[in-house]
This record gives sequence, C-alpha cells and structure tokens, in this order.
Amino acid sequence: MTAALSSQSILLLALLAPFVGALILPLAHKMPNLREAVTLVTAAALCLTVVSLLGPVLDGARPELTVVDVIPGLTVAFKVEPLGMLFALIASSLWFVNSVYSIGYMRANDEPRQTTFYVCFAVALGSTIGIAFAKNLFTLFLFYEALTLSTYPLVTHRRNEEAVRAGRTYLLLLLGTSLLLFLPAIVATWVLAGTLDFRPGGILPAGLSAPIIGALLALYVFGIGKAAVMPLHRWLPAAMVAPTPVSALLHAVAVVKAGVFSILKVAALVFGVDTLGAAGQSAWLTAVAGTTILVASIIALKQDNLKRRLAYSTISQLSYVVLGVAILAPISVAGAAMHIAAHAFSKITLFFAAGSIYTAAHLTEVSQLDGIGRRMPWTMGAFTIGALGMIGVPPTAGFLGKWFILTGAMQTANWLAVAVIFVSTILNAAYFLPIVYRAFFCEPMGGHDKSGEAPWPIVVALTATAIGTVLMFFFPDIPFALAKLLSGR
Amino acid sequence: MSAVWPHLPILQVIIPLFGALLAGFARRSGAAFAITLVVSWLMPLCAGAMLWQVLASGPISYHLGSWPPPWGIEYRVDVLNAFVLMLVSTIGAVIMPFARRSVAFEIEEGQRAWFYCMYLLCLTGLLGVTITGDAFNAFVFLEISSLSTYVLIALGRDRRALLAAFQYLIMGTIGATLYVAGVGLLYLVTGSLNMVDIAARLGPAWADNSRAIIAALAFVTVGVSLKLALFPLHAWLPNAYAYAPSWATAFLSATATKVAIYLLVRFLFSIFGVAIDFRALPVAAIVVALSLAAMFVASLIAVFQSNLSRMLAYSSVAQIGYITLGIGFVNLAGLTGGLVHIVNHALMKAALFLAVGAIFFRVRTVRLSELAGIGRKMPITMAAFTVAGFGLVGTPGTSGFISKWYLALGALEKGWWVVVFLIVASSLIALVYVGRVLELAWLREPSDAIKDANDPPLSMLLPLVLLAAATIYFGLDTEWTAGIASMAAKDLLGGLR
Amino acid sequence: METLATALGHYNYVITIFLMMIGLYIVVVRGNMVKKLVGLSIFQTSVYLLYIAPGKIIGGTAPIIDPAFKVYSNPLPHVLILTAIVVGVATLALGLALVVRINEAYGTIEEDEIFERDRET
Repeated sequence: MTAALSSQSILLLALLAPFVGALILPLAHKMPNLREAVTLVTAAALCLTVVSLLGPVLDGARPELTVVDVIPGLTVAFKVEPLGMLFALIASSLWFVNSVYSIGYMRANDEPRQTTFYVCFAVALGSTIGIAFAKNLFTLFLFYEALTLSTYPLVTHRRNEEAVRAGRTYLLLLLGTSLLLFLPAIVATWVLAGTLDFRPGGILPAGLSAPIIGALLALYVFGIGKAAVMPLHRWLPAAMVAPTPVSALLHAVAVVKAGVFSILKVAALVFGVDTLGAAGQSAWLTAVAGTTILVASIIALKQDNLKRRLAYSTISQLSYVVLGVAILAPISVAGAAMHIAAHAFSKITLFFAAGSIYTAAHLTEVSQLDGIGRRMPWTMGAFTIGALGMIGVPPTAGFLGKWFILTGAMQTANWLAVAVIFVSTILNAAYFLPIVYRAFFCEPMGGHDKSGEAPWPIVVALTATAIGTVLMFFFPDIPFALAKLLSGR
Repeated sequence: MSAVWPHLPILQVIIPLFGALLAGFARRSGAAFAITLVVSWLMPLCAGAMLWQVLASGPISYHLGSWPPPWGIEYRVDVLNAFVLMLVSTIGAVIMPFARRSVAFEIEEGQRAWFYCMYLLCLTGLLGVTITGDAFNAFVFLEISSLSTYVLIALGRDRRALLAAFQYLIMGTIGATLYVAGVGLLYLVTGSLNMVDIAARLGPAWADNSRAIIAALAFVTVGVSLKLALFPLHAWLPNAYAYAPSWATAFLSATATKVAIYLLVRFLFSIFGVAIDFRALPVAAIVVALSLAAMFVASLIAVFQSNLSRMLAYSSVAQIGYITLGIGFVNLAGLTGGLVHIVNHALMKAALFLAVGAIFFRVRTVRLSELAGIGRKMPITMAAFTVAGFGLVGTPGTSGFISKWYLALGALEKGWWVVVFLIVASSLIALVYVGRVLELAWLREPSDAIKDANDPPLSMLLPLVLLAAATIYFGLDTEWTAGIASMAAKDLLGGLR
Repeated sequence: METLATALGHYNYVITIFLMMIGLYIVVVRGNMVKKLVGLSIFQTSVYLLYIAPGKIIGGTAPIIDPAFKVYSNPLPHVLILTAIVVGVATLALGLALVVRINEAYGTIEEDEIFERDRET
C-alpha cells in the first residue's frame, strides 16, 4: 500500500514539476543565471521523478491518479503504463540535455525574450508528460492541445514576418486537424464505447463493421496531425523557423513523438491490434505510411536548408512508427515503440549539430558545409552517428526499431512494407551521407576561416545524445522491455 | 430572514426596480454607482438562495398579491429559470466594479446617474422575464429591458450609437409585438395567460384550433428570435454592440440575448411541447438550419471585421447559433449543450468585451489596425482575452469545449454525422478570427498610438481576470454548469408530449 | 365562396392583418425615421385590435354580477392592452427622442443620407 501511495505521489510530482518551474521562471526574469538554474533544476527534478517510476512500472505497478471528473465519465486522470513510461523517459531525459544545449545556444546567439522561451518550454514539456501519462483519450486530448498552444510562442519566437506566417500554418494545421478530425473521433468513440479509458485489447465494442472501424481509424490517424502523416505534414517544415533547441527537442522529439505515441496508443489500447487486423485495416494504413515515408524522403533529398532536410527526414521517420502499427504484428508494434526512442536520440543529435554549426559558423545550407568537419570534429562526429542512426546502421539504436518492424512485416507477409523499408533506407543514406562526405572530405570553401567548435554546453549536449544513440544499441533492455509490455505478449 | 425567505421571487425584481429609481434620483454618479453596486451584489444572493431552494425541494410558485393562478400573476421558479437568474445576476455582480471607471471615462457626468438607472431597469426587465410565469407579464418585462437597453446603447460614445439604438428600437419593437400577438392568439384559444395553465389547456384545444396554435407558435418563435438575434434576424446586433458604451456591451452580450433564448426554450418546451408534439412540426428543423447558417456566416463575417467590438459582436451571433442548435436537437445532450453554452458563452463574451472596454479605456480605439502589439503593453488584459478567446474556439480545458462536447453528442444521438463536423469546422473559423487578434496583439511591435498603454486599474482588471478564470474553471469542473443544465434539460424533455 | 364567407365572418382579423402588414411595410420601405415610427405604431396598434376585438361579445355587458344580465364581455383584454398601449407610447416617445438626437448629430433623418454621412467620415 505504501509503495503504491508513494509512486502515486511521484506521478503527481512528475506532472507538476514542469508547471511549477514555469511559474517560478518569470520571477527570475532579471537574473539569467538564476533563471537557467531553475530550468536545469526543474528538468533534473522531472527526469529523476520519471526515472524513479521506472522500477515500479517494470515490476508491474501501474500508478494511477484521478484529478477531476469534468463531466460524469469524462475525467482528467493519469496512469503510468509501459509505452507512456518510455515516452516520458525519453522526453524528460532529453529535456535535461536540451536545457544545457539551450543555454549555450540562446546565449551565444543573443536571442531575445529568453524568459518567455524557457517558460513555454517548461509548459510544453509538462504537456508532453501529461500526454505520456494520460489515462484516457480526453486527458490525452487536453494535453495534446496544450502542447500545440504552448509551442506556438516558441515557433513564432523571432516574431518576424516569416515566423508569424509559419506560426499560422502551425496553429491552423495542428489545432485544425485535432478539432476537425481528432475530436469527432473521440466523441464517436465515447458514443460507441461509453468510455474513453485506454485498455489493453481496446475498448470498442465487438461487432462493429469494418467500414466504421476504418473511418474511425482514419479520423484518428489524420486527426492526430502531430504525427505529420502526409498530406498533413506542412506544419513541421514551417516550425523550423524556431530556434534550434525548439526544433531539436519539440519538433524532433516531444511534439512529433506525442503524435505517433497517440496513434500507437489509440491503435493498441482503443481499437486493439487484433480488432484492427480482423477489420482488414492494414493495407491502406501501410500505403499511407509508406507513401509518407518515401515522398518525404524524396523531398528531403532536394532540400538545401539543413534544418528543413532534417524536418522532412523527421516526417519520413515518424511514419515508420505508423508503419509499425499498420503491419499489425505484435513485434512490429514493439518495434514502433523502439523506433520512437531510437529516432528521438538520433534526431535530436542531428538538430543539435545543425544548431551548433549555425552558432559557430552561421551556416544553414547543406551546400555551405564543405570541410566543416575538420573545423568542428565533435559536432560532425555526432552528426555522423545521428545520420547512421537514421539510416539504421548498427551499432546505432535506429537499427533495432527498423529490424523489429521489418521482422513484423516479414511475419505478416506485408511485402509492401518490406519494400518501403528497403527503399527508404537507401533514400535515407542518399540524403544524409553526402552531408557527412562534404563535411569531412571536401576542401573548405573560402568562407569560414575561423576555426573552433560551438560553446561547450552545445558540444557537451550533442556528444551526450550521440553516445546515447550508440548505448541504446548495446543496452536496449529498458526500452525493449517497455515496448514489449505494450503489446502484452 | 424568515420573513424575507418566502418573498425572494418578488424581491429579485423589486430590488433592482427601486434601485433604479434611487439611482435616477441620486443624480450624482458616485451615489448612483454605490446604489447600483449594492443592488447588483444583492441579486446573486437572492438568485442563489432560490436556486438552492429549487434544487433542494422543487419549483417555487409565488403568487403576486396572493391572487392564485391563473387569475393572478404567478412567479414560478424551476431549475431552468433559477439557472438563468443566477447567471444574469452573477454577471451583473461580477462586472459591476468595472463600470465605475469605464463609465466615468466614456459618459459625461450629467448622464452617468441615468446610465446606472437604465442599467438597473434593464436588469429588472431581464430578471422579470426570466422569473415570471405569466406570458403577458413577460412581454411587459421584455419591453422594460428593451427600452432601457435602447437608452444604454444610445449613450454610446459616437453618433453611430444613436443610429444603432434606433435600428434596435425598430427591430426590437417588431419582435416584441410579434411575441405579444402570439401570446394574444394563445389567449384567444385558451383564455389564459399563465404559462402552466396555457400548457394545460392547449392540448384539449388543439383539435379545433390547430391553425391558430401553429400561428401562435410561429409568432412567438419569430418574435423571440428577433430578440435573441437568431440568424438572419441579427441585423441589429453588430451595430448595437459595437457602438454602445463598452461596459453596457459586456453586460448586454452576456445577458440580454440569453434571456430571450430562455424565453424561447420556455415557450417551445414548457408550453407548446407539453401540449402538442412540436417535433412533428418543422420548427426544430428550421432552428437547426438557421443555427448552422449563423455559425458559419456570422463567423466568416467576423473574420473580416476591422473593429474589435464588431468582430466580437458577429462572433456573438455565431455563438448564439450554437445555443439554438442544441435547442433544435430536442434531445438531452443537445439541450444540455445549448443551455450550458448560455452560461459558458456569457462568461467568455463578458470577459472579451470587458477586455475591449479596458483597451478602449487605455488607448481610445478598438480598431484592430491600431492595436498591434497591445499584448505587450496590456499583458494581463490580453492574457484574459486570450483565455476567453480560446474558450470561443472550444479548445479542451475551456468551458467552450464542454458546450461543444455536449452539442456533438446531441448531434450524434440524432445520427447527424455531418452536423458534428460542421460544429467543429465552425470552431475553426473562430480560431481564425481569434487567432488574427492574438497574432496582432502578441507578435507585432507596438505602434506609436499605444506606446503609453498599460493594464487598467485593479477594479477593472479583477472582473476581467475573474471571468477569464471562470472560462478555465468551468472547463474542468462542470458540476454547476453542465450539471444543472442537464437537470433543467431533463425536466424540460420529461414534460414533452 | 366559403372562404370569403369565413373571411367576412372574421372581419376583425382581416383588419388586424391588414393593419399589421401596412405597418410592417412602412417600417421596411420608408427611409424617413419619423415615418418608420408611424409605421411601427400602426403595427403595434394592429395587435391591440387583435386583443380587444374578441373581448367584445354582441349583446354582452360589463362583467357585473347581476341576475338580470347573462352575457358578459371579457374586460381582461382591455386591461392588457392598456398596458401594451403604455409600452407603445413609451417606445414611440423614446423613438422620437432618438430621432431628435439623430437629427442634431447628422442634420437629417433620412436613413440613406445618414449612411452616406457615416461612410464619408
């Protein structure tokens, strides 16, 4: 009893920590050092509380917390389950690293309105944790929208015409899809199932016809715009106008992962993988995910702006997770969960590197990067590891997720999925390896004469995540254990 | 206390009526404000006590002058009108402190006492319409509130206010006259003016007088719809709200149309619905169609407004559409959604219009083009505006979401899938017009016109923040809004034939 | 033929509707604000008639309880309409007051000219 009680209060702490931080931050408005200390302490506190939940969860505990009954049956409630645990673990640990990075980046680039920046960041992270630990669809939706709204000021941080326009796209697409498709899907689920609680095996009543299940699934897949399934992906490249730490943590990890995480949860815990399989939903979802993967990769090939290339790569990689769901084999669903973790570490490394290059050399385009590796070996070394992770080359974590998804595809004889994975791997290599090649093997252009790395917090952060990418390959036990628990077999 | 207790229903009306007289005679604005403040703060106590009584022990029936109904006028309080009474009086009480500075700023000293006098008369009328159980008495109160509203609007800062008041006077009088014609037909058929009594006698009269009864239904519905600004009978509203004194706009937008909606619900569900199967008539379908049109057309017009008040006024027309939409569903979830949106919209719109009033108080303009960067100069005001604005959009965690949730459920219950999408699609248009303001307010550099602006004094800020906080609070705890609304809806639907 | 007979039999309603439509027509069509108010008054008056006319019963007396009289007219409509007339007078007075103020502010009471002047500023 005492153990359950304590893990419940830890859960409450984890949920509150970022918001408390957000409240304290403005008080330290005039004292940047104190302000940054508050951010770091908050991030560390969140990370510690989440990590301390890990043990009980692996032992089978599922701490729960009900906050308020909004409408009878519609509650704001939280419950820690394996997939949410994995997501919270990634988000909170990377927030800490990212905070170190942010401090280096924001100071070196002399960004304005830093207090607002850190406050919104903390609220965004709090919302992410809310999504990760949501017990039901309503709570998830609540924090999903909170995440959109709290990241909007970050996307429009620069407040110039370009940022404002990007913010418009961002808000309209994300809020638009969620209100227009996601919300009706939730209402329909409520009407059909009488509950919105996530439950292993799904909550929808037996005997629904395949077209209804298909329509509902489509509403979810396209309504959860954060997953950036084509053609609703435009917000993600638009969001790249934000400062790099935002792109790195929010638009490569927290926000987009919240999207695919929600799809995973809906598929596994609202529909149930078996129900989806029985209703024959695999084919069209595979096609949609496959198209997104390939088309986004091809677009990425043509992007010269480094951050935009990374953004399209993210769109493509996110659909691996959707693909993992679409294959509807338990192993591929676990693979999808693994991929969430692996992609998070690799992609944040890549963004960190992009921001590092911007900070140290003020370069943003791929074509300017000739020889940059000699000048910034740490940065480009980390970039290379991240790129290998994206392609899925061992010994990086990216390999594992892809491997499990591929295994699932083979098991279910989903040859379309298999083909997509192979072709996309080649495409991944085609848009990442030239960058690495340019950086290390091309002669530097006359432009950047000065030598040197970015400020140390940036280098430390990107090195840490690069090491994480490799470590996860060798020690995949924790994420894999959590991922396996999801599919329940 | 025990002497007062049984007379609460009449006190609810008499206190503001005499308060109006006192405020008018006071002549000096300070004294008039003090009287008005005391009266406004008494009202929720009175309404709250009745609501408590109704929830505990069922409807209250109060016989004016001890004449038993149907001969005398009966004041009848059930869950529905206790709910509306509570809303109207609470809004009045909460926003009253805002009035002193705002009115002092916008209205000349000689007219301020009259402003408060007219406000109290308007309050009398609105509370009277809500509490009375007599159809003709409702007409009288309706006209008391309308006449005082015309004056309130005409006191606006600009000569266009006069024109707006005149237009509203014409439209409002037509509406009230149509209503009273409908009541006259009902009287001819049933020989009674007591609402409960009419409902009881209407059923037996249906066989011989179906045509007169349908005509009465049409007259009442159209007349009241004019008052509540149901699309396309809303033409008076945008100008009236845009040019009236800011504080009056906040009060009227939150209460006046809501009381008219109450009257419509009362007639449809407690009178016609009890006697005849009005679901067999096309009235609900027409209401639904017009509501949907309101939600889209008015929202789209709102997007293109260059004046903040007018934008919010058109948004009101659209939001009224949500309320009548729920009423038109004629099922539990829909009606609950409509009724709860009465409260939710009142709170949000009052907050928004108070924010507009605060902005006008500081920068003397509400033209959008001149308000760039206002968020940085008046952060608390605009933060409240932002919160209430997201309430209009209906993002989860705000009270607007609760309304939309029930409305969507109501639509699904009828099997109207398309309507569910229309509901959410129209909230996207709300996102566009709210977002437009927010973008301008927060992301642009402040212009020279507003460079000296800052947040208004506490007496103005507090009501504003309170209402914005209520938007969040009632988005998370709905026991007092949706809970009571669903009780009222259950009562209404339970009485249907 | 039968319809005509019904209409004639209910001639008070015919007059009511006639007045109502005239009033409404004037309100809608006339741009002069005083004329609008005249129309509005006619419109309201029609409803007074709607109430009053059925109250009269041919051969009925005032409702005095006396064995000599069997048929009474209903006095209640008169009372009601007295109230309605008061409301109507108040509305008319307020309307006219507004017209005076509009005339002071704009220098005209023709609606289209007023719109013109608003557009100019």
